[in-house]
Amino acid sequence: MAIPGGNYSHSGSGMRRLYKFHGGVHPPTHKAESTRTPIAQAAIPSKLVIPLHQHVGNRAVPVVKVGERVLKGQIIGRPEGRLSSGVHASTSGTVSAIDMQLVAHHSGLPDLCITIIPDGKDEWVAHGGVDYKQIQHTELRHLLRQAGVVGLGGAVFPSDMKSYSSKHHIKTLVLNGAECEPYITCDDMLMRERPADILRGGEILRELLRAEEVLIGIEDNKPEAIAALQQAVRDGKHERTEVIAVPTLYPGGGAKQLIRVLTGIEVAAGVRSTEKGVQCFNVATAYCVWRAITYGEPLLSRIVTVTGNVEHAQNFEVLLGTPVGELVVQAGSKPDTDRHIMGGPMMGVDLPSGAVGVTKATNCIIEGSPKLFPPPEPALPCIRCTRCADVCPADLQPQELYWFAKAKDFGKTQEYDLFDCIECGACAYVCPSHIPLVQYYRFAKNEIWQREREQQAAEVARERHEYRQFRIEREKQEKAERLAQKERAAAEAKAAAAAAPPVVPPAAPAIHPDVSPDDTQQIRIDAAIERAKAQAAVTQPKNTDALTPQQQAEIAEIEARRAKLRELAANPGADDEPPKSN
Amino acid sequence: MISALLVMIGISLLLGAVLGFSALKFKVEGNPLVEKIDAVLPQTQCGQCGYPGCKPYAEAIAKGEADINKCPPGGEEGIRKLADLLGVDFKPFGEGTKPKGKMVAFIDEQICIGCTLCLQACPVDAIAGAAKQMHTIIASECTGCELCVAPCPVDCISMLPVGEDISTWKWQSPAAIIPIRAAA
Repeated sequence: MAIPGGNYSHSGSGMRRLYKFHGGVHPPTHKAESTRTPIAQAAIPSKLVIPLHQHVGNRAVPVVKVGERVLKGQIIGRPEGRLSSGVHASTSGTVSAIDMQLVAHHSGLPDLCITIIPDGKDEWVAHGGVDYKQIQHTELRHLLRQAGVVGLGGAVFPSDMKSYSSKHHIKTLVLNGAECEPYITCDDMLMRERPADILRGGEILRELLRAEEVLIGIEDNKPEAIAALQQAVRDGKHERTEVIAVPTLYPGGGAKQLIRVLTGIEVAAGVRSTEKGVQCFNVATAYCVWRAITYGEPLLSRIVTVTGNVEHAQNFEVLLGTPVGELVVQAGSKPDTDRHIMGGPMMGVDLPSGAVGVTKATNCIIEGSPKLFPPPEPALPCIRCTRCADVCPADLQPQELYWFAKAKDFGKTQEYDLFDCIECGACAYVCPSHIPLVQYYRFAKNEIWQREREQQAAEVARERHEYRQFRIEREKQEKAERLAQKERAAAEAKAAAAAAPPVVPPAAPAIHPDVSPDDTQQIRIDAAIERAKAQAAVTQPKNTDALTPQQQAEIAEIEARRAKLRELAANPGADDEPPKSN
Repeated sequence: MISALLVMIGISLLLGAVLGFSALKFKVEGNPLVEKIDAVLPQTQCGQCGYPGCKPYAEAIAKGEADINKCPPGGEEGIRKLADLLGVDFKPFGEGTKPKGKMVAFIDEQICIGCTLCLQACPVDAIAGAAKQMHTIIASECTGCELCVAPCPVDCISMLPVGEDISTWKWQSPAAIIPIRAAA
């Protein structure tokens, strides 16, 4: 399977010398089926299921409420944290739910999505573009972030985070139009139909990166796209921009592989291409950058290839969030279809359901049937033929990685540079024993990440526990110190009292030196009662001020009667007259 | 004869001085083995091993007082790592000691009376609250040790298994994969 070594130049690129990467395979491309007709506009679906996590980094935070009416282009998910990106309503309508829905993920687990019921009016929110030459780079990056522009090649990395010119000097901007994976033709059709906008987007990215040259790499099985872009370069008078046909070889569209082919630079393990002066964007990303900056249009739709077990395979411009089931019927999905694959046959994801919404990463939907994709043959033991090592584009030893992953010897897999694996599937494609090699690598990577997470959690727990013990110890000490201080203060006061002559002797013992403490208590109580009585005697009723003479006379009369009664009560025998009976 | 004795005494004095000096100079604080064992333990500080925290258990293992199969949160893999580290044989969990999946505590805030007993029990300060204020678990810091469950006078703390979501989901060792060869 290995391609003979050596460098060669290609007729389409004039004098430019091309390089080659290690390995690679030639799977049947199946691209012709979906390139016969131009890109069609997919219908507005009955509902949109828009995941809030369509990009690498933090999930966007919903900023709309259920029942709220939203307009096309309105932001519904705010970017959260440094590495994140905005999410928008793809058309006007009403938010019907913000909940967990199935998403395009290998796990088949749900994630937070916003569901919108379109009203069919497709009414835009107020929006407008800017001239990228007039505004600052920081502002441009902010616009990209808010517009939700992410890498559309499949990695969905926020584009604003890749557009810094300050860290490293970027010499070359590579626009990736290689599109190496079988079946997928969305970039091909975009390059054929909208080459001028791709180049203009490239100019914005070149400005952001302050790159000297723009190289557009396209696999030589797309002559129409190459011709269209070359024409657009001439028409738009783009300087230092070159459209280069690269040999068709899977996975030549991998960023590291394309950079290697175009510039000869080999990006080592753990090194970013920017450190070598190269940055790479997908052509569709460049197109979206242009739309976002110049027209203020956020990323609301993308080109999706619908192919496989369908009547007429075709590319559609699809609103993000469109349920896959509603999209595939527009291409005439055949009745024996039993699965939807998102992406290509080499690296794609089996969708858990047709209700899953199209996301920014959805470049292709392949309808699968048992006839088209028969169940995998049972895996046989590895015979150590090392064909996988011959085709590995990362120049790894897949057979060794497989042994170590299977034995769960994850330390060894890392020694064999497991994390350089791009999961392209070339090894599994050539394996004569049909071993699902990529799955072993993903399994090993996940286990390693899980361990790292656990290790970190344990580290945090240890720190917190140790700090808690330190805190308890400190509190104990502080308490003891406070107590000691109190005791010291008391002792000092005692000492001071003993040293000074008693000026005023204590009152109670002086008056009644012979009584016991209990009696002192009684004396105190008696004194308090006396005080209360004296107080009551001098207290006058407060409501006797400002009375009329008549009222005062009445009161005097009553008081006289009361005095008489008191007198009678005091001397019962003084008046012999018996009380009158009524 | 005398000179030989003197030479020997001289050498022994010199070597003694060197040894004494290096004992002071290269003194190791604490037992490095304890640190190594502690690094393997999961740091839940749950006390299920019978020791008040992971460090005391590590110290007990280092002294040879404790078995290596007393840590349920570490799982069998934890035992295996300890066996590797100490050069002893793997020992399965004893009767009654079962490894458990990762759990996180949950306070039913309707029932919580704000007594602070769980705050005092939590070994990693993962419960926020104050006297007569509702308490709540800081889930990201909770180690799932269950130490807060017993002290609660109103039984408002329950242990919930940590569910899998997209960010924590893991690939299993291979079973099926998308077939990559189209039947043309």
